[in-house]
Amino acid sequence: MTLVETHPGQAFIITEIADDFARLQAIRFGIAEGARAICQAIVPGGPVVVRKGKQEMALGRNLANRIQVKPVEA
Amino acid sequence: MSHTCCEVVQERVQEGDRKVVLAGNPNVGKSAVFHALTGVYVEVTNYPGTSAFNDEERVAREVILAADVVINVVDSAHLDRDLFLTLQLIDMGHPVVVALNMMDEAKANGLAIDVKQLSDILGVEVVPTIAVKNQGIDTLKAALDRARPGRRTEAIVRRLPAGIESPSDALMVLEEDEEICQQYSTARGGQREEVYRLRRERADEIINQVVSETNSGATFAVKLSRFSLHPLGGLVLLLAFLALMYQVMGVWLAQDVVGITEEWAFGEHITPWIVGNVSRLISPESFIGQLLIGEFGLLTMTLAYLFGLLLPLVVGFYMVLAFMEDSGYLPRVAVLVDRLMIKVGLNGRAIIPMILGFGCVTMATMTTRLMGTKRERTIATFLLSLAIPCSAQIAVIATMLAPLGIGYTALFVGFLFVIYGVTGMVMNKVLPGESSDLLIDLPPLRLPRLVNVLQKTFLKSKSFLTEAGGIFALGSVVVAALNAWGVLDMLQSGLAPITERWLGLPRETANAFIMGFVRRDFGAAGLYDLNLSSHETMVALMTITLFVPCIASIMIILKERGKKEGWVIWVVDLALAIFLGGVIHRLMFWA
Repeated sequence: MTLVETHPGQAFIITEIADDFARLQAIRFGIAEGARAICQAIVPGGPVVVRKGKQEMALGRNLANRIQVKPVEA
Repeated sequence: MSHTCCEVVQERVQEGDRKVVLAGNPNVGKSAVFHALTGVYVEVTNYPGTSAFNDEERVAREVILAADVVINVVDSAHLDRDLFLTLQLIDMGHPVVVALNMMDEAKANGLAIDVKQLSDILGVEVVPTIAVKNQGIDTLKAALDRARPGRRTEAIVRRLPAGIESPSDALMVLEEDEEICQQYSTARGGQREEVYRLRRERADEIINQVVSETNSGATFAVKLSRFSLHPLGGLVLLLAFLALMYQVMGVWLAQDVVGITEEWAFGEHITPWIVGNVSRLISPESFIGQLLIGEFGLLTMTLAYLFGLLLPLVVGFYMVLAFMEDSGYLPRVAVLVDRLMIKVGLNGRAIIPMILGFGCVTMATMTTRLMGTKRERTIATFLLSLAIPCSAQIAVIATMLAPLGIGYTALFVGFLFVIYGVTGMVMNKVLPGESSDLLIDLPPLRLPRLVNVLQKTFLKSKSFLTEAGGIFALGSVVVAALNAWGVLDMLQSGLAPITERWLGLPRETANAFIMGFVRRDFGAAGLYDLNLSSHETMVALMTITLFVPCIASIMIILKERGKKEGWVIWVVDLALAIFLGGVIHRLMFWA
C-alpha cells in the first residue's frame, strides 16, 4: 500500500520511495527506506505527517502516493 | 526559520586566527549557543546543510568549507535526525566539537544519552549543554581547544576519489556537489545515495548504542503539535493566529503606532524642524534644496518614511516572524496550506515567502531561495510582486477603504485573492517543468524565549535599514531630480490616456503611480488627497496594489531572478496591473 492509504496511528515499514530527491532527503532526516515509522496525521486532500521516534516529517500528497509501505503491528 | 534541512550560523566567532562556525539543523538552539559563547547575539540564518539542495544550502556549504573549527549543535531530543549532519561534518575532516544541546528536553521526553560513549564512537568532544540556561557553555569553550577531526565513516572513506588533497573537497566530489565537481572537472560518480545510506546506517547504529528510552509520555508540546495538524483543530489554531497577527500588525502597529511616529513625530515635529534649519542654509527652490528637503527629499520623505512608517512596521513584523520561527509553528502552517499552494504551482513551503511578503515584498523575494526549483522561484517572485501588498501599503489601503464600508473591503480582498489564484494557476499551466513536492521537517513546538525573539527582531530590523535604506534613498534622489527637471509633469500628461480613458481616474492619479515606483505605499498615499469617489478609490487602490513593486524590490528581483527574467516580470506586472485595473473599473458598473 502507499503512504496515503495509511491512517493516523498506524505503524509501518517504508519499503520504497520512488523519488530520487525525496529518497536522499529522507535519509538525512532518518525516515528512509527500511525505517519503521508511524502515520501521525493526514491533512484531508493534503500532506501526510510521519513520525519516527521523536522526529516528524511532512510529505506532500503526490510524494506520499509514490511511497510504498508495509503495515506492521504498533 | 525552520523550513530547511540544516543550517549554519553565518557569522563566525573569531578566536585568534581560527574561524569557528556553528552548524546544525533548524531550531536546535544554535543562536542560543552562540549567544552564550560570546555574549554577542548573532542571527541564525537558514543557510542549511553541507550538500547543496537549493540556493540557500550552497551558501551554507561555502561557510562550512571555509571553517577551521565547527561547533556542531545538535538537539538531544532529535539525535537520530541530527547525527546525520554530525557524521557528515566529521567525514569532511574538519575539527569538530559537538554541543549536545537541550539535554533538559531530552530528559523530559524520556531519553537518556550516554555522552562518553558517543564521544568515544565519534572521536570528538561531546559537551552536553542547555544553552538558554547557560549550562555547559564553559565546558564547550574549553573543549574548543581540543577540537579535532573525528572518526570518519570507514566505508565512505574507502570510496573517496584519489588525487584530491582536501578531505572535505574529496567528500563533496563523492557526494556529487555540482560546483566542487566542476572545480576538479570530475564527473558525478553516482554514489551520493549510497554514501547517504552508509552514513544513515552508521547514525542509526550509534543511536542504538548510546540512546535509551526511559518512558514515552506525551508532553503538552507533543499534544499541541498533534492538535496543530488536526484537520479541524489545525484550522482553528491557524485562524486564531492570523487574527492575532492582524491585530498586532494591522491595527496596533499600522494605525496606532504609525499614527504617533509618522504623523505626530515626523509630520508635526521632526520634518518641519529639519526643513526650517536646512532652508536657512540652502534655498528650498534650488536643485540641491529639492533633493534634500523637497517633496521627495532625502531629509524629508526618505527619513520620515524610513523611520516613521517603515521601521515600526518592520520591527513588529519581524517580531511576529521570530515568534513563528522559534516556536516551530511555521512548518506546520506550510503543511496545512500545501493543498492550496499546489494549485498555483508551489508547495506549502512557499507560504513562508508569502507571509513575509505581507511585511516587505523585498525581503520576501530573497527568501524564495528556499524553494526547490527555479520554476517555483519564478512563480513565487511574480505572485509576490503582483498580488501581495506589503505592510506599509496595507496600512494606507485599510485607511482608505474603511470609510467605504465593509463591502468594499471584502470586494478588494476577493479581487486580490482571485487574481492571485488565477495568475498562479495560469503560470503553473504555462511554465515548463514540474514543481517540487512538500518535504519538510517538523521541529518540536516550544515556547520561544522573549530575549531571543527580541534579539532576532533587532538584528533583522537593523539589516533591513542598512540594506533597504540605501536603495530607498537612491530612489528618492532619482524621483526628486525628475521632479526638479519637470519630467514628472511631462509623464503625468503623457500617461493621461491610461489614467483617464482606460482606468476612468483623474489625470493627477498618474503622480501617485509614478511615486509608486519609489514605494508602493507611497503611491497609495498619493491617492489620499485626490477626493476620489468610492468607485474611483477602489479602481485606483486595486491598480496600485497590483502595480510594480517599489524600486528596492525591483532591484532585488533583478538580482535574484537575473536581468532578463527580472525585466519580464516587471513589464508583465505593470501591464497586468493597468489591464486589470481597467477591467475592474468596467466590472464595477455592473455590480
